[in-house]
Amino acid sequence: MINLIWVFLMVTSIVFAMFNGTMEEVNKAVFEGAREAVTLCIGFISILVFWLGLMKIAQDSGLLDKFSNLFRPVAKKIFPDIPDNHPVMGYILSNMTANMFGLGNAATPLGIKAMEELKKLNGGKDEASRSMTTFLVINTASITIIPTTVLSIRMNYGSVSPAEIVVPTIIASTASTVCAILIDRWIYNRKNRRRVK
Amino acid sequence: MEIIAGISLWIIPVLIGFILLYGTWKRVPAYELFVEGGKEGIKVAFSIIPFLTGMLVAISVFRASGAMEFFVGLFRPVLDFFGIPSEIVPLAILRPISGNAALGVTSDLIATYGPDSFIGRLASVMQGSTDTTLYILTVYFGAVGIKKIGDSLKIGLIADFISYIVSFAVVSIFFGSALS
Repeated sequence: MINLIWVFLMVTSIVFAMFNGTMEEVNKAVFEGAREAVTLCIGFISILVFWLGLMKIAQDSGLLDKFSNLFRPVAKKIFPDIPDNHPVMGYILSNMTANMFGLGNAATPLGIKAMEELKKLNGGKDEASRSMTTFLVINTASITIIPTTVLSIRMNYGSVSPAEIVVPTIIASTASTVCAILIDRWIYNRKNRRRVK
Repeated sequence: MEIIAGISLWIIPVLIGFILLYGTWKRVPAYELFVEGGKEGIKVAFSIIPFLTGMLVAISVFRASGAMEFFVGLFRPVLDFFGIPSEIVPLAILRPISGNAALGVTSDLIATYGPDSFIGRLASVMQGSTDTTLYILTVYFGAVGIKKIGDSLKIGLIADFISYIVSFAVVSIFFGSALS
């Protein structure tokens, strides 16, 4: 799908430029776009090195585990199908914490591990269980505390205050995650009621 | 509002201080761990280069040719009614599909309209507050062999849509509406 979108963007633009007389702009945009992408990535290095370095301290000192345990009582309510003290809860919580702090690379293996366990809990079937859907929804809505790449882009383009979007991002991502969980619950309940009837 | 702007400024430095103090209290070698973790950051940043280059060229060309303006214009009549800038539509469409395409659009919007404009702030919050639904669906379910995905795609996309509305509301409340 992503291949199609990419080709679509490029080809439509070129055809558009033919009729629109914007070939010169398109020419320029090819090389400027490429240069800007590399400049941005070089900009990411500074923030990512610093942030991932700092997060390594938070991981190894046990701070992230402490933090994720704060959410355990809430997670129990969100995942009522998971038995008490089942190890999968640990994976789910670590995955959520990793996502919150912008550790995408650490979050993915934890998320897959959680899915494996959830599949076992669901008897190894190849269909998504209720908990799996909920977990997926939490991941896509994703509560974010520090949006590292966005901060870097804002710095690159000379924002007066790159960090001013931190609190709005926290609020927006938390509110949308809560809404997403409620909708997930609502859809589940509605289906279940129908099944009982 | 001033307090919240203050928190935005304080949150990162306070977090840094706290992590360093906690690490020292737990007797972990803070500086050595920092260096070790930082190496990962270099790898991550370099590995994004080809993805972002491909996407950013496509998006720059799309804008430069005038196709973007045409496409965005289709949504203008409806979105104007709600006071939503239609320039944000490409980001809203691509965000659930591809993380790198979304990153490309976000940086294109910030570059074109400025990081401190309404569109720039809205793009920043939208980019930061949702994740790539399709990627997560394929990677997580693909890795463990889930074939019947049930309602998860539908709910995931609804969640993204809610994220957009909430982002728009939050940015309007914090920084003033798009019209002013």
